Amino acid sequence: MEILVCARRVPDTSENEIELNASGNDIERDELVYSVNEPDNYAVEEALQIRDRVGGSVSVVTVGSEEDEEVLRRELAMGANSAVLISDETFVGSDGRGTATILKSFVKKGHYDLILTGVQADDGAAQVGGMLAAMLDYPFASLVNSIQVLEGKLKISREIEGGNREISEIDLPCVLSIQTGINEPRYVGMRGIRQVASVPIPTLGLSDLGVETASVGETAAKVKRVKYFIPVLAKGAEMLAGSREENAEKVFELIAAKGGLK
Amino acid sequence: MVGAFSPSRITDWLIPGRELFLAIHVAGVACFFYIVAKRFVPLIRAQRDPRFDQPWSRLRNVLQYWLFQWKHPRYKFAGTLHILIFAGFILLATRAFSILIVGVVPNFVMPGLSGRTGHIYNVITDYAATVVFLCMVVAIVRRVVFKPARYAVPAKFGKGHPADAVFLLSLIALLMVADSLFAASQAAGFARKAEAAESLALLSMPWLLQAAIASTSLATLWVLNVSAYLVHELAFYFLLCYRPFGIQFHVETSLFSIYFAKLQRGTLKPVRWDVADANLDQVKSFGVKTFEDFTWKHILDFYSCADCGRCADNCPSYAAGRPLAPRFFTTKARDYAFQHYPVLGKANNSKPLIGTIYSEDEVWSCTTCGACEEECPLLVEYIDKIVDLRRGMIDDGNVPQSLQKPLKALESRGNPYGKTEKKRSDWIKAAEFQQTCKVRTADAKTRAKTLYFVDSITSYDDRMQSIGRATARVLGHVGEDFAILGSAEKDSGHEVRRFGEELLFQALRDHNTEAILATGVQRIITSDPHALNALRHDYKDLPPVEHISQFLAREVKAGTIQFNSVEDDTKVYAYHDPCYLGRHNQVYDDPRSVLDAIPGLKRVEMKRSKDRSFCCGGGGLMLFYEPKEEQRMGVLRVKMAAEAGANVMVTACPFCMTNIEDAIKVAGLEGKMSVTDLAELADQQITRAVHAPEFETVTCGG
Repeated sequence: MEILVCARRVPDTSENEIELNASGNDIERDELVYSVNEPDNYAVEEALQIRDRVGGSVSVVTVGSEEDEEVLRRELAMGANSAVLISDETFVGSDGRGTATILKSFVKKGHYDLILTGVQADDGAAQVGGMLAAMLDYPFASLVNSIQVLEGKLKISREIEGGNREISEIDLPCVLSIQTGINEPRYVGMRGIRQVASVPIPTLGLSDLGVETASVGETAAKVKRVKYFIPVLAKGAEMLAGSREENAEKVFELIAAKGGLK
Repeated sequence: MVGAFSPSRITDWLIPGRELFLAIHVAGVACFFYIVAKRFVPLIRAQRDPRFDQPWSRLRNVLQYWLFQWKHPRYKFAGTLHILIFAGFILLATRAFSILIVGVVPNFVMPGLSGRTGHIYNVITDYAATVVFLCMVVAIVRRVVFKPARYAVPAKFGKGHPADAVFLLSLIALLMVADSLFAASQAAGFARKAEAAESLALLSMPWLLQAAIASTSLATLWVLNVSAYLVHELAFYFLLCYRPFGIQFHVETSLFSIYFAKLQRGTLKPVRWDVADANLDQVKSFGVKTFEDFTWKHILDFYSCADCGRCADNCPSYAAGRPLAPRFFTTKARDYAFQHYPVLGKANNSKPLIGTIYSEDEVWSCTTCGACEEECPLLVEYIDKIVDLRRGMIDDGNVPQSLQKPLKALESRGNPYGKTEKKRSDWIKAAEFQQTCKVRTADAKTRAKTLYFVDSITSYDDRMQSIGRATARVLGHVGEDFAILGSAEKDSGHEVRRFGEELLFQALRDHNTEAILATGVQRIITSDPHALNALRHDYKDLPPVEHISQFLAREVKAGTIQFNSVEDDTKVYAYHDPCYLGRHNQVYDDPRSVLDAIPGLKRVEMKRSKDRSFCCGGGGLMLFYEPKEEQRMGVLRVKMAAEAGANVMVTACPFCMTNIEDAIKVAGLEGKMSVTDLAELADQQITRAVHAPEFETVTCGG
């Protein structure tokens, strides 16, 4: 099976203390540590596991800049067969639809049976996967947390209310957005990254993909980010000081008073 | 001495059996060498391990640990028993060989053992055989009736072989009886012929047997003598050829295991002995994945283990109910070796060890505390093997999610918490602290004599920062000219290396080495035993490194530090030895001498202290690992302190502090037990001249 995984490089929220910039329309990025978007990493791991079960290859693609090569390198170290960086000045400032348009052109140039994205980028809006599927006229399923390969289709599941699972079948080719927890991504150490240090990663631009300038970039974007803000700190929490039994009773009273218990 | 009735003629009794005896000799020896050759095969296929250096140190080990059985008295009863048996075997070896040869060469006397010397030797070995026989009886009774808990095999670790042990012990007892009966029947024969018989040692087993058969006919004595010979010979060769199939192989291998034992504490083996760090990129596979990835010495260890259970008895992982016990770690590998390198048939190809004989959790469970290695009478190594298995797992990407985050953070930020580099020295900026103690950061302009290497946990953890500040104040108090690296410091990488991520460790090591050397300091002090061990044993070419407890002990002795007496006389202190300060670096007395210098301080020792200290739960990345266990090691440790009658635990390691603080809460001992760091206690008790401490200003590192 030929699998394409769309991955992104994002500020690692677990490793950074995020602060807003002076104008309030972005976060302070100077001292941030970046890493591959976590759900994308699960998507790559899932693709690798499917490949190891049924054969085929795994390609990873990202739309971004030269700096984003780092995450592609990491996914190559994980075991992806190839990686492509899509980068062009005209792409900068694209909204979700613009990114989906770029990816669609890339997908059209190859033959992929399965396209995986992470469920959502840490700084994204979980929209590219769905739009990409629509543009390709492929079926789409989101929040996927298990994949089983059948003949010409997949059996997939997603978690629904109460921890239950909903099982579906989906025809290939298709686009899936992958939920974290679908697997346990393998560790990529220093050694793995060094071993793929010299693997070439081709960069494709506007002309390579045949994308129309008018459909991408800041000018084409119909969704624009206006501002970030930090919510006002509410009043401090009430600390209960007493024995365990007293506190339990107090908590019970408080919850009951607010209508939490009937 | 020649004549029809000369004493030596009696050995003619064996002449009719000569051909048979010779055939058994040849078959027995051939069989033994064939088996040993087969046992050599995995050693030859194994990885390199240069252990042929420092012959004098190695011989010293042989004398101390092999001949003088140094570790055995740590277990008084079993140890004494073993020493007696071992001594008996050593003494009896010549006698056994003499008997074997006498069956083929009549009148054979071992060179040097004729006349008076021979007589003395015979008397000694008469007793030796008796003692060994009695020890066997005691050992069998002990195993069958008393069943020491240490020998039990919990179901999750496989099946025990109690019958096997008893069988082997019985065989040795039989060998002793045969040996004694041989001597007794011969002596009785002499006596019968009114010869000047060799007198047997009074009240020894041969003597008693001789007394019992003294009145039997010469013909019966002849039958007894030949039978005893045959039983002795068969039992001897059976044991010789059976030992390489189980725990008794150590009789043959222990000498070599001990000679080739690891000589340097606290160190780790490199990824490959024959590959320099710079060429590691060319190594196809890291660590141990299949059995043949172990080094030959490590496989020899598997053969040598006597399954005495002392390692597991001292292992905190085993005590806490984790899926690891050093004993079974070894016996599983030995079983694997015997199964995959059979004596009959071809060696079969190895499968990955993880998932077949070892589980992932088993390998991650080890805190590398070293209790097992400290205890092992045969100096079997464990930490290097565990780390090698982890290297293999890291190489395969097989790492628990709980460890991936901190490893990634160490790679990108130089600390496992993912905090920014500039916040590394935030601990010196606490307002109250800054008023009394200004800590300098070493840079191009600031030069200092001493570097305080803080390491990650003390730099970033709110609670442990207090250890950093106490250390700085103590250094400042004696006017030590010191500085820290600040944001130029990265994690020492001690646990990174012990968790198998060698290349990440090397990156951290190279960064720190460069940063430290750039400061031009003359020595390094740390309050973190893990950093101490890393800088001492994992790094190269650094100025001398010592732990703050060593510094304190020296200053106390010199009189530059004096302590106020303890105010609360209800406090009873117990010092907990951190593994990497104690066992791995042999610092046991310095922290105790500091405590004992505090007037009025009541100190008790826990049952398990010094080189038998019990690990608190492990440091560094171990804090992130979520083990499968029945209870926390720390809780067990805190209960040991309570049992010793202490209500304050003193430690000298920030990780011990973390684990013990948590354990006090989990054990429900809050208010009854507290924990403090040695540096904190020293800082609190130091007699500061004139002013009360809060008004004193020290230009730290001045």
